[in-house]
Amino acid sequence: MSAAFSNAVVFETALLERNSRLRTARATLPLRSDEDVVGLRRHVRERAVAIALSLVDQTKLVTAASELARNTIKYGGGGEVHLDVLEDGYKRGVGLIFVDNGPGIPDLDQALRDGFTTGGGLGLGLGGSRRLVDEFEIDSRTGEGTAVSVVKWKR
Amino acid sequence: MERIPILRMGDLLLVTIQVDMHDRLAMTLQDDLTERIVRDQAKGVLIDISALDLVDSFIGRMISNTAAMARVLDAQTVVVGMQPAVAITLVELGLTLHGVKTALNVEKGMALLGKTHF
Repeated sequence: MSAAFSNAVVFETALLERNSRLRTARATLPLRSDEDVVGLRRHVRERAVAIALSLVDQTKLVTAASELARNTIKYGGGGEVHLDVLEDGYKRGVGLIFVDNGPGIPDLDQALRDGFTTGGGLGLGLGGSRRLVDEFEIDSRTGEGTAVSVVKWKR
Repeated sequence: MERIPILRMGDLLLVTIQVDMHDRLAMTLQDDLTERIVRDQAKGVLIDISALDLVDSFIGRMISNTAAMARVLDAQTVVVGMQPAVAITLVELGLTLHGVKTALNVEKGMALLGKTHF
């Protein structure tokens, strides 16, 4: 991991400590450009298919990933995403952690509300993607960056 | 530059989106479509998204905006072939494609545009 993502390690560690689950098949992808978002969608779809998520759940997870990746690029100034296959007892899921070194989100409650946007979008990114996944955690520090962790479990 | 082809058929424009669109490509399609509506004096636009396995807020907004722009330019837009999983996800995300006409397939979409004899 490059020095540019020192904050990422700090954030991620906090998020991982709260969720001590077996993580396998980890991959880390950069999020810098439009093309990176498309690449991520493909990787997420592959993992969702690998753990046999239903088609609807695959679509929900890939869509949430697309929204969050765009946030990382647009508001966080770029960053990276970690993909994991999670195991919790007999349960399996796909976990994604988006990390950026951007300005952070000053008011999380406001940012999670539908229709709130500072970027001229629809304001559905954060609140909308939270509805599409089973677990959603966000850690944002003003001036340091933002980490968002989501999980979709196989039903 | 990468582009999604737009076909003209009489006074209709037909688009089939068959690639996973990144944001710039979606914006290019929106610009190209409005440009072609005027140039070809099109009365209808049919967008087939049956091959799309994802419509996120950006693509959804592009579709809504394109339909609104077409309406201002005196053309109707119909979006056809949305996959059920995409529809479920879109609504849960909070997007309802307000003001966009939809049909289940190309044939029904054509009928909606008043084109039944091809």
